[in-house]
Amino acid sequence: MKILIEYFDCQKVSGLRGRRMYRIVAKEELNSSVTKIVVEAPLVARKAEPGQFIILRVDDDGERIPLTIADYDREKGTVTIIFQIVGATTNILNQKQVGESIKDFVGPLGKEAETNGYKNVCIVGGGVGCAIALPIAKKFHELGAKVTSIVGFRSKDIVILEEDFKKCSDKLFVLTDDGTYGTKGNVTAPLKDCLDQGEKFDLVITIGPLIMMKFVVLTCKPYGVPVTVSMNPIMIDGTGMCGGCRLTLLQDGERVTKFACVDGPDFNGYEIDFDEAMSRGRMYQEQDRHANTGSCNLFSADKDNKSER
Amino acid sequence: MAFIAKMNSMPTLDASVRSKNFKEVALGYSANVAIEEAKRCLNCKNKPCVTGCPANIDIPGFISHVKNNDFDKAFEVISQSSCLPAVCGRVCPQESQCESKCTMGVKFEPVGIGRLERFVADYHNSKDSDNEQKAKQVQPNGIKIAIIGSGPSGLSCAGDLVREGFEVSIYEALHLPGGVLSYGIPEFRLPKRIIRKEVDALISQGVKLKTNVVIGKTLDIDDLFEMGYKAIYVSTGAGLPKFMNIPGESLKGVYSANEFLTRVNLMKAYKEGSFTPISTGEKTVVVGGGNVAIDAARCAIRLGSKVTVVYRRTEKELPARLEEIEHAKEEGIEFMFLTNPIEIKSDENGFVDSIVCRQMKLSEPDESGRARPVEVAGSEFEIKTHSVIMALGTSPNPLIRKTTKGIKFNMHGGIVVDDNGKTSREGIYAGGDAVTGSATVISALGAGKRVAKAIMESLTK
Repeated sequence: MKILIEYFDCQKVSGLRGRRMYRIVAKEELNSSVTKIVVEAPLVARKAEPGQFIILRVDDDGERIPLTIADYDREKGTVTIIFQIVGATTNILNQKQVGESIKDFVGPLGKEAETNGYKNVCIVGGGVGCAIALPIAKKFHELGAKVTSIVGFRSKDIVILEEDFKKCSDKLFVLTDDGTYGTKGNVTAPLKDCLDQGEKFDLVITIGPLIMMKFVVLTCKPYGVPVTVSMNPIMIDGTGMCGGCRLTLLQDGERVTKFACVDGPDFNGYEIDFDEAMSRGRMYQEQDRHANTGSCNLFSADKDNKSER
Repeated sequence: MAFIAKMNSMPTLDASVRSKNFKEVALGYSANVAIEEAKRCLNCKNKPCVTGCPANIDIPGFISHVKNNDFDKAFEVISQSSCLPAVCGRVCPQESQCESKCTMGVKFEPVGIGRLERFVADYHNSKDSDNEQKAKQVQPNGIKIAIIGSGPSGLSCAGDLVREGFEVSIYEALHLPGGVLSYGIPEFRLPKRIIRKEVDALISQGVKLKTNVVIGKTLDIDDLFEMGYKAIYVSTGAGLPKFMNIPGESLKGVYSANEFLTRVNLMKAYKEGSFTPISTGEKTVVVGGGNVAIDAARCAIRLGSKVTVVYRRTEKELPARLEEIEHAKEEGIEFMFLTNPIEIKSDENGFVDSIVCRQMKLSEPDESGRARPVEVAGSEFEIKTHSVIMALGTSPNPLIRKTTKGIKFNMHGGIVVDDNGKTSREGIYAGGDAVTGSATVISALGAGKRVAKAIMESLTK
């Protein structure tokens, strides 16, 4: 507690400008468009749990973006985040080097993933979503559950975290869309195989592109397996204030509005209106593209989705 | 002495110029005009105006100093009761508070109390005097108080407590202090430098400000007690936006007023070169009639959109301040009264294309005392628009409710408190919008002061 108390400093508001508090202590490029950084944020590390996220702002006047906590070290007071370079802000973030700092870093936000009481779980991750899925897989593994991990990527050069998944999974399936690594195909294929072979998952958790999560839900439906999806909509404050992250859930025939930041990010996959969520995710697509081409031509041809988390 | 019947008017930026930028609209009194206006005050013995002020500012007291050209003294009088005069002078609904009780107002126009308050605060701030030297040295009493939320209520509570020697820390979830003053009220109505000034003044008096801490997430109330705080003031505001629950509310281009204003104000989407995306398109419809609705409408017009405000009652019932409504009209904002949306329609890409509304008529008053609007059957019509901003009010932020044991809440999510702001849990106080739901800056400020008093009485006796 003493450290906590001393952690804060009295600051003049006008003096807040230019102040840099959240130092980057490690950085690693996982592939050409996905980067891992470890940030000094003792207060966030102290309470972080798998499934939760942070909101950061790289610079003055910067955008607030949500990123899921990929790992944390309570002793060292650090939080690891893994992000895909998809928009202007993630591009600027990626230019920060070890020793430099991030302006604002707040969290942990959202509810932690439900991990208690499960014996046999399947984690289905897609692309950078695997970074978010990993701490959840780890936690299940620590709690003694049987963990089947199915991770999918577009191509060989963007496969990430395979070794980490191996360590915490009883079974691991690696797939690529183009067959350049692992098995060629979609994550739903091995999932269906497992279910067909009589695997009794008591929970499937899926994290990745919305379209992938939608099909994971559809795959599981005939087998009656519960599916939890981790949603990653556009958000600003992360405390339930703006409503920008709202989602529609279908509960008992009623359309119910929920806020991903405070009610989620995890939801019952069978209740989510995926088509609406996909449409909302493309709200700022054009403007983001502009921002990208404006700052760096390298990314001008990049990505169709603003799934920063 | 002849009475001057009319309140001195305050110059404003020309509507055609200001509707294209975010510069402050109202320009404030000059010293001469301020003195002239102050002379209109009758200095009534029974001070009816003070009863209309939730912060109990000695209004005739400060005005008499303005009259005598002693603006420093005037500031001193105000600051005994309010630590946010430059803010309140701008955003208080004086016409329904202090000025509504003004004796002059019985026969003539009331004294421009708000304008004088603003003048005195701006005069003080413009002198750029060193607040640190001027801050009265008080003996610290070593008692630690935590305040959650740096909106008007939290700031006023902090100001009163630090002046009595308490060690005050304010925890703020966002990256900047001010709460609704920062994220909600736009730059052209309340320039952000003013909030900075007033917060800086508090900090130089010893208040500690801790941004980027979400109480209920980063730390919880029990952590705060463990850290040695003897009392906690929950002034977390009413941040949870309401929606209408009509079809199409999740289309792209539909914003809550909170999101829209946060993007524009806090995230500075209005500034060129800002990375915050915002898109209103050519036409914006704002739903609602409160100050927030007007703020959103006036931001949208400044971003280059044509703006229509739809409100389900008539102009007479508009809850927004009269001055703001007039400013909005001057800037070219269109109002459609007795109009209630029932659906938002989409284009082929999931963006807003139009809003379908129904005509309303007023019937007998409801429990709020306002005439209840009822739908006119078969009166549907469509307004083409590219974006819709829902400004229907907000409910108290649920984070504390979800993470704190032992505090009672009412059915609307507001924290239940007694007259002194005490909650059902020992050592925890609450006030402002977190208790009442969305209300005014000054009533939040008043609540902060009441709690400061209650904390002093309970901890120093």
